[in-house]
Amino acid sequence: MIGLRLPSLSFLSAGLLGASLAFCFAPAKAAEGYDPWPGLVQDVFNNKPMQDGANVLSIEMPARAEDASVVPVTLRSKLSPADERRIKTITLVIDQNPAPMAAKFTLGADANVTAISTRVRVNNYTDVHAVAELTDGQLYVIKTFVKASGGCSAPAAKNPDEAKARIGQMRYRQFTQAGDGATSGIREAQVMVGHPNNSGLQMDQLTQLYIPAFFVDQLTLSQDGSLVLSVEGGISISEDPNIRFTYVSNGAKHFRAEARDTQGHVFEHEWPAEGSGT
Amino acid sequence: MTQWIIAIIMAWGAVALGDVAQAETRELPVEEIASGVFVHIGQTALMTAENEGAIANVGFVIGSDAVAVIDTGGSVREGRALLAAIRARSSKPIRYVINTHAHPDHIFGNAAFQVDDARFVGAKNLSRAIAVRGPHYIEAFRRLMGAELIDEVRLVSPSLVVEDHLSLDLGGRTLTLKAWSTAHSDCDLTVTDDQSGTLFAGDLVFLRHIPVMDGSLRGWIADIAALATITAARVVPGHGPVSPWPLALTDERRYLDTLAHDVRGLIKAGKPIAEAAGAAGSERGKWELFDDYNARNATAAFSEMEWE
Repeated sequence: MIGLRLPSLSFLSAGLLGASLAFCFAPAKAAEGYDPWPGLVQDVFNNKPMQDGANVLSIEMPARAEDASVVPVTLRSKLSPADERRIKTITLVIDQNPAPMAAKFTLGADANVTAISTRVRVNNYTDVHAVAELTDGQLYVIKTFVKASGGCSAPAAKNPDEAKARIGQMRYRQFTQAGDGATSGIREAQVMVGHPNNSGLQMDQLTQLYIPAFFVDQLTLSQDGSLVLSVEGGISISEDPNIRFTYVSNGAKHFRAEARDTQGHVFEHEWPAEGSGT
Repeated sequence: MTQWIIAIIMAWGAVALGDVAQAETRELPVEEIASGVFVHIGQTALMTAENEGAIANVGFVIGSDAVAVIDTGGSVREGRALLAAIRARSSKPIRYVINTHAHPDHIFGNAAFQVDDARFVGAKNLSRAIAVRGPHYIEAFRRLMGAELIDEVRLVSPSLVVEDHLSLDLGGRTLTLKAWSTAHSDCDLTVTDDQSGTLFAGDLVFLRHIPVMDGSLRGWIADIAALATITAARVVPGHGPVSPWPLALTDERRYLDTLAHDVRGLIKAGKPIAEAAGAAGSERGKWELFDDYNARNATAAFSEMEWE
């Protein structure tokens, strides 16, 4: 288990630390049309060539980040069922954020996840890239553009005390599927994890030191032990990480979520697969 | 002798230049809504370079010993104009500069009052909110309003913190301050001038300008019930006209109740958060700046109410 996770951790660290060091202290550059993407391709993807992903996946975000701290994003597979290739991972990058590497989703080999929705923080006018790695070993990229929110909206907690009080709470919800969901085994579900997901970019006024980042860095969802979806998250994921996704049931009786944060807390919960609960 | 003359001329020049600089600081237009209580009504707009961020209501109260300022505006330039308006009416010391919460249109003028011995006053969470959000606000509004207006903004933490209630004596009149649980924001503070029966509600009360939710919708709805019990003749809302109290709460209460009702309906029906923006659509046409803030209020409310 630990061995499996180590490579992903180092990937995340490289993305988070490298990217945040490079970009979080250069906001003026960001405002002047500086394009961080070539640097991110190097830091996050080792300069691996990328194909146009327009026929592989889509990304849906509002044109403007209404609330800077909660911007909905949906990723959908566009591969036809007949396609022999499968999406292994999707990496979501918010180019102009202090920590651009928002999340890396790993899709279970047998779960047929075709849509993933979550919420992110958006600090600035920014390109948002989604990079899919397929079973053919190639990377496919798509992007969209999001305008920063206006007014007093900030990518920060609205109610920090409540967020702290909610830490570790988990919710699971199974949505009613229209059409042939019941017979095809296609499900749509949502997992919520209560966590402040602090950015760590604010300074402690007394000590003048940066408050350490504190966020959920790993969330693993499975049905009777078989991986559905795992998420390596960074500080660009909104407070109370929330993942909504479609998958195909393998007939499992139980759905399980396990989350871990940067202070090593582990939160886990199991629910009857067909129900909803806390 | 020549040196003396030069020195005198230079001194005279410095004084004259100082006078010119003073004269160029225009006065913010204010209205005396009750004896010794002055208010500038902000434009119902987003903060821009053109309006110098002067979109929130700001005011001051003059006692027999001292002056208290309630919010300082959306730029240091607005703050200086407010200071000029005060100085045109009173030479008493400004003893308190009260910030009703941490939003930029209420605190960006603070630097204009970092003179004399004024004490900055805020609710218990104001320091944290300024620390967490302040740098982002400066960055975002430099982009929107330009460096000239924003570079001189200073983030000033309160030196006098209101845990729950606090009374401030201005000489012959007392201001009663109350810190609220998370509602419009996480550091809302109201100020009541007991002598004139004037409630400065900050952004806990909006009129005409659509309410902006940056704290807790459920908390705000709960606080409105408590707010309504405050004894006052009139309210100075954070945005909108001075109005009779507590009648002024009617529209805001309806909007927040509608938003909560609609968002709960969407969540119950299993709709995704991306569809939250459609909530409270029946309120369009009843508010200014509806399209600038409603989708945002609804998105924030959705992520809050999902945990009910």
